[in-house]
Amino acid sequence: MNIVVCVKQTTDTAATLSVVDGEASYGDAALVLNPWDEYAVEQALLTKEAEGGKVTALCLGPDSAEDALKQALAMGCDEAVLILDAVFESADTLVVSRALAAGIEKLDPPELVFFGKSAVDSDTGVMGPQVARRLGWPSLNLVAAIPELDASAKTITVERLLEEGRQIVSGRLPAVVSVVKEINEPRYPSFMGIRKASKAEIPRWSAADVGLSGQIQPALSWPEILAPEKSEAVCELIEGGDASEIARKLVDRLVEEKVI
Amino acid sequence: MVIVYIDHFDGRAVPASWEALNVGRGLAEELGSEIKAVVLGSDVEGIAQEAKDYGAGEVFLADLKVLEHFRPEVYTEAVTQIVQEQGAEIVLFPTTGRARELAGMLAIDLDTGVTPDVVAVELEGSVVVATRPIYAGKLLTKEVNQARRPQILTTRSRSFQPPEKGTGGEGVITRLELELSEPATEVQGYKESNRGTSLSDAAIIVSGGRGTSNNPSLKPPPEITDEKEQEIWRAHQGFELIGELAKVLGAAVGASRAAVDAGFIPYANQVGQTGKVVSPDLYIACGISGAIQHLAGMRTSKTIVAINKDPDAPIYKLARFGVVGDLFEIVPALTEALREKLDKA
Repeated sequence: MNIVVCVKQTTDTAATLSVVDGEASYGDAALVLNPWDEYAVEQALLTKEAEGGKVTALCLGPDSAEDALKQALAMGCDEAVLILDAVFESADTLVVSRALAAGIEKLDPPELVFFGKSAVDSDTGVMGPQVARRLGWPSLNLVAAIPELDASAKTITVERLLEEGRQIVSGRLPAVVSVVKEINEPRYPSFMGIRKASKAEIPRWSAADVGLSGQIQPALSWPEILAPEKSEAVCELIEGGDASEIARKLVDRLVEEKVI
Repeated sequence: MVIVYIDHFDGRAVPASWEALNVGRGLAEELGSEIKAVVLGSDVEGIAQEAKDYGAGEVFLADLKVLEHFRPEVYTEAVTQIVQEQGAEIVLFPTTGRARELAGMLAIDLDTGVTPDVVAVELEGSVVVATRPIYAGKLLTKEVNQARRPQILTTRSRSFQPPEKGTGGEGVITRLELELSEPATEVQGYKESNRGTSLSDAAIIVSGGRGTSNNPSLKPPPEITDEKEQEIWRAHQGFELIGELAKVLGAAVGASRAAVDAGFIPYANQVGQTGKVVSPDLYIACGISGAIQHLAGMRTSKTIVAINKDPDAPIYKLARFGVVGDLFEIVPALTEALREKLDKA
């Protein structure tokens, strides 16, 4: 089974963000494989281990994004491709979904494309569904479990994590599956994996390579980046007496401040 | 025209749908334009009626068997048809798992942008200038769609005022018979439905962290010999206390990533950068030290109460009220104190 996993490079979630000259700055924080995408990579690898085939990691990003792909290779992906072009610098989801869908169509036809549910930097959470829509494949979004996958019958059953519980959905392959954290526990790269990844030559595709020439104008622009207002809360410590007294004082304060 | 999609589950509209409708109403008024709503489903006329009561001038109701369960492909097709037919300038959705997906797919069908999870909107001429959190709210960005139409946005739960019921009522319900394709997927059923309030909609959240396992005086039953299992057992006692406090307050239960990763509580409860970003009126953090990823997910809560053993825990920097102490003593005492208060009231 051919499997594709789409990944993004993001800042580490421990990064402190600030606004410098009107742009988001993460200081010297590390750039990593988007934490959500680790679950997508793991699910792609688990699927390959069960069904055979190969896993290709696909990423759109700048030069540095090669490191995210190396991380995916080190975890066990077989191949990786970086879509990189100056025209993507101010890309929005409309443009990125087009480029990723075009990249997927240039690869050996996959039966499953995995995404993480969102990227921890832009937080849009629509990329999997948008790529599915472009490919005309079912979008299986927010997937917390895949109880059934039948490669020969080309069917899949998943559990989608909705706010109200889990929806059990079945559909036909090929499909796009966007996963949430609960689905697995991502592996650490092995020593051999890291060695292999460090030597890997990752092919780079331009916009023209994936067949995009016109139609790459983004719809959105970002006129201003803001830092959130600093919390003005000064912590009032509730102390004195035993637990019940403290609890009563706290309740009184919450009532006084009309919190409850 | 502004069109608002009303998301619902199990016969009930999600509250954020009405918040979105109210945002749409405000924009429509400022633009001197009309506010309309879309309700898709099977046996959902009651929800369309409600949309009218909440102020929609016209409600497009597609009450069809094929729309009984949310399936993104067929739902997108329906919304696309309605939006195209009406030539809407602005389409709003509440930010739920379903509606965010739908908004993203609609944007593809109509070759336009999508701005998810908006916390503020203003108009510059006919252009919506939206503010949305990025990096889990560590920063905010303004986002605009200058040239393409419609402008598609999803509004974050609890970031906007809901409308008052009964403020509308002049509107009409228009039933639509749509030609829709055979859906590519089949819904087999539902499980683990949480009957309580979802984290994103909750007005009050009580959360537990690593500290929930930190009560050495609790002796696990002798059949649990594995150290890790013993720790999880201890944490379950901690979360039981948190659950009781939540129950008294009518609150949802949340957790830190540390507590989820340690296997204390399911991922669905996780608050933070890789969990849910929440904004309740009251957030009570019990045994949560306040890693930056967690703070990013709850910093916009109106009032934060921290209960922690460590007086230097970063959570106190955001908290309005703090109690330095053992959650195993403070949390049950707080539950008791609230019960007394509520009994008197």
